[in-house]
Amino acid sequence: MKTKIIRKQDMTGLLNNLIQEYEVFAPVKRDDLVIFDRIGSDKDVSLEYTNSIKPPKEILFPQSETLFTCGSIGDAASIEVPVSEERPRLLFGIRPCDARSFLLLDKVFNEENHRDVYYLSRRNDMMVIAIGCIKPRATCFCTSVGGGPFSSQGSDLLLVDIGDDYIIQVITDKGSRLVEKVGVADAGENKLALMKMVIQEAELSMSPQIKTDGLKEKLDSAFDDPIWGSLTEKCLSCGICTYLCPSCYCFDIIDEVTDSKGERIRIWDSCQFPLFTLQASGSNPRPTNKERHRQRVMHKFSYCVDNYGQVSCVGCGRCVIECPVNLDIRQVLTTISNR
Amino acid sequence: MNNPYLPSPMRIEGIVTETEDRNIKTFSLSFLDRGNEAVFKYIPGQFAELSVLGKGEAPFGIASSPTQKGIIEFTVNKIGLLTTALHNMEPGETVGIRGPLGNGYPLTTLQDKNVVIIGGGFGFSTLRALTTFLLDKSNRNSFNNITVIYGARSPGLLLYKDELREWEKRADLQLYVTVDKGDKDWEGRVGFIPAITKEIAPRADNAYVLVCGPPAMIRFTLPVIEELGFPPERTLLSLEMRMKCGLGKCGRCNIGSKYVCRDGPVFTLAELNRLPREY
Ligand SMILES: Cc1cc2nc3c(=O)[nH]c(=O)nc-3n(C[C@H](O)[C@H](O)[C@H](O)COP(=O)(O)OP(=O)(O)OC[C@H]3O[C@@H](n4cnc5c(N)ncnc54)[C@H](O)[C@@H]3O)c2cc1C
Ligand code: SF4
Ligand code: FES
Repeated sequence: MKTKIIRKQDMTGLLNNLIQEYEVFAPVKRDDLVIFDRIGSDKDVSLEYTNSIKPPKEILFPQSETLFTCGSIGDAASIEVPVSEERPRLLFGIRPCDARSFLLLDKVFNEENHRDVYYLSRRNDMMVIAIGCIKPRATCFCTSVGGGPFSSQGSDLLLVDIGDDYIIQVITDKGSRLVEKVGVADAGENKLALMKMVIQEAELSMSPQIKTDGLKEKLDSAFDDPIWGSLTEKCLSCGICTYLCPSCYCFDIIDEVTDSKGERIRIWDSCQFPLFTLQASGSNPRPTNKERHRQRVMHKFSYCVDNYGQVSCVGCGRCVIECPVNLDIRQVLTTISNR
Repeated sequence: MNNPYLPSPMRIEGIVTETEDRNIKTFSLSFLDRGNEAVFKYIPGQFAELSVLGKGEAPFGIASSPTQKGIIEFTVNKIGLLTTALHNMEPGETVGIRGPLGNGYPLTTLQDKNVVIIGGGFGFSTLRALTTFLLDKSNRNSFNNITVIYGARSPGLLLYKDELREWEKRADLQLYVTVDKGDKDWEGRVGFIPAITKEIAPRADNAYVLVCGPPAMIRFTLPVIEELGFPPERTLLSLEMRMKCGLGKCGRCNIGSKYVCRDGPVFTLAELNRLPREY
């Protein structure tokens, strides 16, 4: 792996360089919140953050987007698809867990037979520059689900904060072309040794939080276990855990009409909502929060393993932090694996 | 790149009101752009998403057979927003179509087999498509005996009445039509599908049975089928779930790791027995 180095104060030049060529999205402070937003200059960026409340998935898969419009109601011959003239996107300073989530979203939206043109139009030329986590939070469990505070999966470049400088780990050819173009120095031995220490320290601060070996089999055999009832009893079906999840992707498709112009819109939806699976006949295969919450856990830790070969959880811990009733997915999984 | 969310426009060529209560209508559609017809290659048992632009989109089983050229049919039960909008439309108006979606009935597996078809309610629509397909001159010799058991709650709720009369006359099809409750003009069979199936007792050797209908009908028919000796591998069911995308992406129609829209809607009972009971 190639490693480069850049002084923190030189980041300004680099970012402004990137803004010339890409639509750059980066962590910015809005009031007390950090969100990922389009930036116009380096001054907006705030790399001193643990993680954002909302994941950056909406940059690829917006909460609501127009699939097409039609001239008048019922006129299926007047369909128009919105075209974007935007430059390629660059995500700067996202966390390694969030970068990994894109690989999972890719599996869903880039499936061979049904490629999702909307997602792919943003994804195809996208560049990801992630920043490793020197201070993982107590709720982070990326190391339990195949990631880590310095995992490079899903990133083109990975930054490591070593004090006065950032080490730039060059992960992909795309990333390599970028660093060659902007011209940054190679990292020396001393700095690399420092990087290793920083990484080790962060990794040691994290303890394994769920038992993952044999977890899928456990879950599959515990499907009918009555424990699901008591485990999920306090869930309010608010859906926050799914909306804030970087790897949740369920959506609804609805039509809206304004001034006799019709629009077909895709919006995020949640498996935690009772109406999600309510059939027109009135029957509902997941009528209570027991079935719905079980679906969420099974989907991530069993069904996605069957369908895509990996769990669809990156361990960011957002659902753990934001659930209003402290329903902690780590505890749910631990309880099931101890059955 | 092909956009799987884009409907193609179709013209409503004809509308038949099927039932006495006027709640079920069959729509015959043709592509505005004839070129799309060749692209829309389907087999019986598949479904499509129909759109009324500005109202929405919903999945419907394809009620016609690919052997019927030039038109595609859907039988629609009026129950909510989109189905009401469809029911209010007239011939000449356009709707959108997306598909074909799903796996359909396993036609090659059925070759040289006896085929037993059991349907109730509007769930019969894709079995009607299958029956039409099997009976087509170019296909009939590829399949052995064909038995069709079809039931509705009352005579006024029977679909495809003209076709049923034609099928009655055929020697190469055993047709049994039944109603839960007759009326003064009804001279046919009276009885629930499970009971009638038991009475007719179609033979299970070298045979496949295909079932589609309301959940209660399926629940009571499956034990009868089993008793008749049909193993789960040769018992096929077509399922219904709430669907949106039809592409295995929007996440709502799964049973365990199978998406009914993409991996189904047709499953063998053996496959279903391996999945969680969440349907
Ligand atoms: C594979 C497949 C094949 C199918 N084939 C056929 C077919 O051949 N023919 C056919 O007629 N149907 C078929 N269906 C069923 C059909 O898709 C539904 O009937 C259709 O989606 C109903 O759409 P709608 O907009 O009219 O109803 P909706 O407006 O969605 O509502 C239907 C019912 O749900 C209730 N409802 C809706 N929203 C809410 C809410 N927010 N809160 C509470 N209740 C609510 C309504 O009161 C109404 O009774 C099929 C379904 C599948 C999955
Ligand atoms: S955030 Fe908590 S309360 Fe809300 S749906 Fe998820 S588990 Fe239930
Ligand atoms: S309908 Fe969207 S996943 Fe099946």
